[in-house]
Amino acid sequence: MIPLGSVNIVLPLLVGIPLLAAIATTVVDSRRWRAGISVTFASLQLLLIVLWLVTLQHTGADAAYRYVLGGWNSPLGINLVADGLAKVLLLITAVLVLVLSIYSAIYFTDPAKTTRFWPLWWLLVTGLNAAFIGADAFNIYVALEMIGLAAVALVGLAGTRTALTAALRYALVGLLGSLCYLLGVSLLYRTYGTLDLAQLATETQADPMTAASLCLISIGLLLKTALLPLHFWLPPAHASAPAPVSAALSALVVKVSFYLLMRFWLDVLTPATTELAMNLLGILGAGAIFWGCIAAFRAQRLKLVVAYSTVAQLGYMFLLFPLVAASHSPSSITGAAAAAVVYFIVAHALAKAAMFLAAGNIQMFNNHDTVDKLQGLARTQPLAVLTFAIAGVSLIGLPPSGGFIAKWLLLNVAIGNGVWWWAIVVLGGGLLAAAYIGRVLHVAFSHPVAQTIDTDNANAARHPPGGMVLCALALAACSILLGFNAEWILNLLDASVEPPIPGVGGMQ
Amino acid sequence: MSQEMLYCAAGIALFGIGMFGVIVATHIIRKLIAVNIMGIAVFMVLLATARHGAVTDPIPHAMVLTGIVVAVAGTALCLWLALQIRLLGRGTKGEPPR
Amino acid sequence: MFLKLEFKENQATSGELSTTTRVLLAIAIVALGTSLIYAILSAGKAPPDLAAQVAEKLDLSGVGNPVTAVLLNFRSYDTLLEVAVLLVVAVAIMPPRLSSSAGKRFLFVNDTHNPHVPDPILLNLLKWLVPLAILLGGYLLWTGAYSPGGAFQAAAVIAGAGVALSLGGRHKFAWEISGVRLASSLGLLVFVTVAATNAFITGTTLQYPIDHASTLILLVETFTTVSIATILLLLFAQLKSLADPPGEMHQ
Repeated sequence: MIPLGSVNIVLPLLVGIPLLAAIATTVVDSRRWRAGISVTFASLQLLLIVLWLVTLQHTGADAAYRYVLGGWNSPLGINLVADGLAKVLLLITAVLVLVLSIYSAIYFTDPAKTTRFWPLWWLLVTGLNAAFIGADAFNIYVALEMIGLAAVALVGLAGTRTALTAALRYALVGLLGSLCYLLGVSLLYRTYGTLDLAQLATETQADPMTAASLCLISIGLLLKTALLPLHFWLPPAHASAPAPVSAALSALVVKVSFYLLMRFWLDVLTPATTELAMNLLGILGAGAIFWGCIAAFRAQRLKLVVAYSTVAQLGYMFLLFPLVAASHSPSSITGAAAAAVVYFIVAHALAKAAMFLAAGNIQMFNNHDTVDKLQGLARTQPLAVLTFAIAGVSLIGLPPSGGFIAKWLLLNVAIGNGVWWWAIVVLGGGLLAAAYIGRVLHVAFSHPVAQTIDTDNANAARHPPGGMVLCALALAACSILLGFNAEWILNLLDASVEPPIPGVGGMQ
Repeated sequence: MSQEMLYCAAGIALFGIGMFGVIVATHIIRKLIAVNIMGIAVFMVLLATARHGAVTDPIPHAMVLTGIVVAVAGTALCLWLALQIRLLGRGTKGEPPR
Repeated sequence: MFLKLEFKENQATSGELSTTTRVLLAIAIVALGTSLIYAILSAGKAPPDLAAQVAEKLDLSGVGNPVTAVLLNFRSYDTLLEVAVLLVVAVAIMPPRLSSSAGKRFLFVNDTHNPHVPDPILLNLLKWLVPLAILLGGYLLWTGAYSPGGAFQAAAVIAGAGVALSLGGRHKFAWEISGVRLASSLGLLVFVTVAATNAFITGTTLQYPIDHASTLILLVETFTTVSIATILLLLFAQLKSLADPPGEMHQ
């Protein structure tokens, strides 16, 4: 019998807590209770993760991150694993879930909407946590579907025809993506007789079957991550969702499929990858940076600007693959390039969530978010504009923000490995980002031409409550503070050691 | 080429047909049917996989059962969204993102 | 590609993609398919699979049917998330709760004006069919431990009984009552509770104590059946009511 007090119990709890919150918010009958339960559970989850990480740092217990569910060792059973990468993502998820829960508790006032929002929100969080700690390829499929369907339903919550159409498109693309992934996983099982990622990692060879599986899995995950030619579904879906949902989609949901891509390319199916394919992903990423920035510059609506900015920022993450290919390091998932990209993910998650919340506040105040009609906003909504500007600083990569450190790390890796052309991409992307953020700020700081509030809409427009403004500002502040505490995140990553390979079969 | 491989190959062909359909079709119901064809194709590959040892392997069997439930859920959600869109205005063209 | 989504009756689909794009797409998909089939054919040797391991551990699982053992013991975490996926869709589709629905019964006889005249033969058939289907559902649930069957199959048959009942036209379901929410999440709640209890008894989440494994699995399966049946019926009923809204019955 394993003592219950072992730190491992945190892993199943990370799925259990949001699941219980989902059940509670489904059953409970009052809006206040649903919000209260959610904020409580979100605080609890964050507290648990922080305590867990602190304990791990103190005891240095590296072995304490594999949990054998049901006592059935893989490949028969399913295991949960949290390495450094997963720890960082779990932490940033918990932070954002807490802030966004507080924001949503104020944002959603219609009782009919809160009955849908809170259970879906918690099921989404369950899926996110499950995908981060899943060590089983098929289980990850179920988690991906859970995330996908919950995200679709949350986008549809906005209820407008644009939102519903965007949600339907998102759903179809999501299903197409997860079925490609599932076929890839099925072929892997057919070839290796196991679904456990760690076991697959030791057994994979560079044969046609593995390459074919990797190809299918990558198509599926790239669709869900919205890399350049496959990004068409993202801007309408992210732009038409309710503000806290947009924030969660851009900050967390697209990162899950990227995280899985990282796992499969750099850890599980590495023998089947080629340098050519990795460089191709990098080129598509570079394309995404430039095209996303241009589209963001030309977008009419503020939330579309932010959504296209996500397309661009996702491009940076794909620079990971050519950088790893150039560095030829044996354990690439714990290497310098991976650390830089994970840092980038965290910085982007904070900045983008702040930006979407600010955009949501601006939209609530004006009852529209057409960029060209936002003159004088800096005077009427100074805090929202300040939030937008701070988040923008991080997205552009100006010091002293988290985005700056992330880009600096990327540049370091690129120049250190002699692939200076990727450094140019990183720097060029920053300039382009400055262009679209500058455009929004320019309008916001210009003098109002006439009445900025549409007289038709004046009734529906209202000042966003202080709590919502503060949530957005707090996230923006975090994205700056991240720049001062870079070692902390990097330490968390360095603590990761190759997971031990479990014995085959047998009950413990 | 064993019987099991034949089933796998047929499943993959079906997958391709479904994939083509889901991308090319514009009618929502057609797209959904195509998605379901893709799902069934994957299940076919899994079921063939279950039979390629001496004994039937229950793991792919369980995966198919789970997959069916997920497919039902996904289809229902898509249909619901489609019907909602129809209620808001009959005959829908999705606006291109811009 | 996915930019144009249409939903019109009686309409030939007009292509959104040009012929060239379609041909290129077809070529790409055929190339992908061919390489996959080639990969399958080139993978010669029979790889190891888990059938032997499942058979070896079957005695410890508490059930005699290997598929049920995998679904509810070896890989029960998958099933847990699967029930959660169903809850996602159920919550998304569920009608908002109405305060006027307090004290309302879940199944009631539709006495409002009904343009469909209920078919007397169908109604009499339903009197037999519905109890029979529920009985069959119970049997499938029970037999799942030893032979093909189980929670999902049982729930599908029971939900089928509900579908038949609602198609009969005389009965209606009240989806806006709070009991529906409880019933939909009950399976998940029991599943999580059992998993947590296991953690206290055996020290590992989802690990059943061997002596009580079969009882606990049956308990989880029973409540999951209730939830899945409720959700499946809810999906059908909501989609049906949206497809032909009460205001505009066809004809």
